[in-house]
Amino acid sequence: MSSLTPRTSEPATGTAPGTARGPARRRRIAPVPTLVLLLGALYCLLPVAWVVIASTKSGRELFSTFTFWPGTGLAGNLSDLHAYRDGVYWRWMGNSALYAGLGALLSTCVSAFSGYALATYRFRGRETLFNVLLAGVLMPPVILAVPQYLLLAKADLTDSHLAVLLPQILSPYGVYLARIYAAAAVPADVVEAGRMDGAGEWRIFTRVALPMMVPGLVTVFLFQFVAVWNNFLLPYIMLSDDEKFPITLGLYTLLEQGANTPALYTLVITGAFLAVLPLVALFLVVQRFWSLDLLSGAVKS
Amino acid sequence: MPYTKRRRLVSSAVAVVLGATALTACGSSSDDGGARSGPVSLTYWTWAPGMDKVVDLWNKGPGKEEQITVTVKKQASGDTLVTKILTAHKAGKAPDLVQAEYQALPTLVSNDALADIAEHVGDVKDRFADGVWQQTTLGTDAVYAVPQDIGPMMFYYREDLFEEYGLSVPATWEQFAETARKVKKVAPDKDLTTFSANDSGLFAGLAQQAGARWWTTSGDKWKVGIDDGATRKVAEFWGGLVEEGAIDNQPMYTPAWNKALNTGKQIAWVSAVWAPGTLTTAAPDTRGKWAMAPLPQWSDGESRTGSWGGSSTAVTTDSRHKEAAAEFAAWLNTDGDALNALAKESGIYPASTSAQLSGAFTSPPEYFANQPDFYKKAARIAETTAPSAWGPNVNVAYTAFKDAFGAAAKNRSDFTAALGTMQKETVADLEKQGFGVAR
Repeated sequence: MSSLTPRTSEPATGTAPGTARGPARRRRIAPVPTLVLLLGALYCLLPVAWVVIASTKSGRELFSTFTFWPGTGLAGNLSDLHAYRDGVYWRWMGNSALYAGLGALLSTCVSAFSGYALATYRFRGRETLFNVLLAGVLMPPVILAVPQYLLLAKADLTDSHLAVLLPQILSPYGVYLARIYAAAAVPADVVEAGRMDGAGEWRIFTRVALPMMVPGLVTVFLFQFVAVWNNFLLPYIMLSDDEKFPITLGLYTLLEQGANTPALYTLVITGAFLAVLPLVALFLVVQRFWSLDLLSGAVKS
Repeated sequence: MPYTKRRRLVSSAVAVVLGATALTACGSSSDDGGARSGPVSLTYWTWAPGMDKVVDLWNKGPGKEEQITVTVKKQASGDTLVTKILTAHKAGKAPDLVQAEYQALPTLVSNDALADIAEHVGDVKDRFADGVWQQTTLGTDAVYAVPQDIGPMMFYYREDLFEEYGLSVPATWEQFAETARKVKKVAPDKDLTTFSANDSGLFAGLAQQAGARWWTTSGDKWKVGIDDGATRKVAEFWGGLVEEGAIDNQPMYTPAWNKALNTGKQIAWVSAVWAPGTLTTAAPDTRGKWAMAPLPQWSDGESRTGSWGGSSTAVTTDSRHKEAAAEFAAWLNTDGDALNALAKESGIYPASTSAQLSGAFTSPPEYFANQPDFYKKAARIAETTAPSAWGPNVNVAYTAFKDAFGAAAKNRSDFTAALGTMQKETVADLEKQGFGVAR
């Protein structure tokens, strides 16, 4: 990107009197990438802004007032949502948290084990196994939902929490990412040094490799959490009891109530707004793990 | 470092994965049975809001006596639910009872998902208009569902604005066209209504009124009549109005459409008996200013209408207690208390003719307080519903309609070509599914 942009730094001699040019020159603002990024941000944030503003509007205001002018109905919408079928919304929220939280955690564990093993050990069939996993990355989870349903129906597990949790534990993309990250972040020398010191493989993995892999695993966790939180088709096919629905499915039932019943737009919009908040909070909390630099000092080059 | 142990672990993991895929290849069988002994519990997939409260009446009343307990599992409505039912049926795990729109019944029946409950529902047939009942038998001796709600089509208009612009309520489609042109003359920035292609049920209902029968059987073959004379007449009529600009071409159910209704930019709507509910949210500021009239007719003195929406209660072939399930389905849709509760909790317009004038339907909907005889009129219109003819791939025809007519309405181009596309795609899909199609 930077090679495409004109350098905006002034010639050293052209400093006009009376202006504080010193620090600005060092920052080097590149207008084109900045503009592109701003446009990108606008593109992503505009729908969110719409949801935030629309959730403040009452049913009467929703379609009749100016789109980006806040309404007066937020409190009413929240209490309506809370009252809807004895607060089933919070149940959906709890279900989503369970599916996404526990699912992502288990998935991260599996990814960590297998990613580390694939990166550190040499065994016959390793590349084949890895290539199969790569093929799994290319396979959209959507097309697996129906076979997974039929499979779990054999085990009599459909319409249970496990039906949604189990299929999401193995994430090919997570394993892939963990392997790449482990290969880059866990030097073979460190593993070897651990063995020399008499540590077992499990100890090396948990005490030496795992801390080094944390930033990568946090990414895997976040990806998987967001993927499960937003997942629709898998729970849609697996679950029939709406007490077990995640939030995506719950909101969908509010929209599709049959032709003779108007969709509950205000509830859906307010519900969607609340459903975004945990994701935002998660990103803010987990962000700091990315700056960890455990590698430094482990190996002398 | 010994790696053998690890290798064994990996290969057994692969074996597990392969074993799993082999399992999915296996078919499934469902056991059958109608007889029952002891308490029975049934599951019921439905999208109607408040259905759990209606079912409570059963569980505390007749269901308690007969030891039949029904559990509601609320679902989202639409074609996706049909897919979900069929997927569950493949695994032999469909619920005992499902709510199904009339046009979805042939799809479900042709996949062997619905049980014939003719011998378990008794004499409920008399409670419904013939045209309604016929949809649940698919023209056979079998009964695949009990009708629940119907959507007879009607004409809704802004009474105050019609008076202001000196318009009279059109009795025929010809007058409807003239009214549309007159609106353009009197108030050029307004429209009588819009032609929207985003709900295929509307067009299907209009074609049904004109006498179209889209799917019929001859021998063991399906005959698709989407591109027949009656439907072409309807398509040409609306296409002509859109082309000359006499009516709008914007889709329904958008914020812009809500606004157009709410501000009086559009002053009429061809809809069905459930319109008051939609108008309450779409056009809250015009409450009490609308009125309902029968749908315009194709020739003077006729009185026919189409239907848009409506659903039934069906028993699946996976159910182990078909008799009990059928008994519940019959109670739900014919018992006075049940129908009253359905009207109150779920806001449905009942298929049962006796319920159409009792209970909740003795007073007009709140939005139409200005028209005290709203439901009396509605019941009379419902009687005139033309028979409908659904086939096993209505969803494909509907999707083809949305695509072809959506584009034609947007470009104000030829509607008959779009109809041809719809016919072609529907026939092609039937053949692809392995049905015999008569040409």
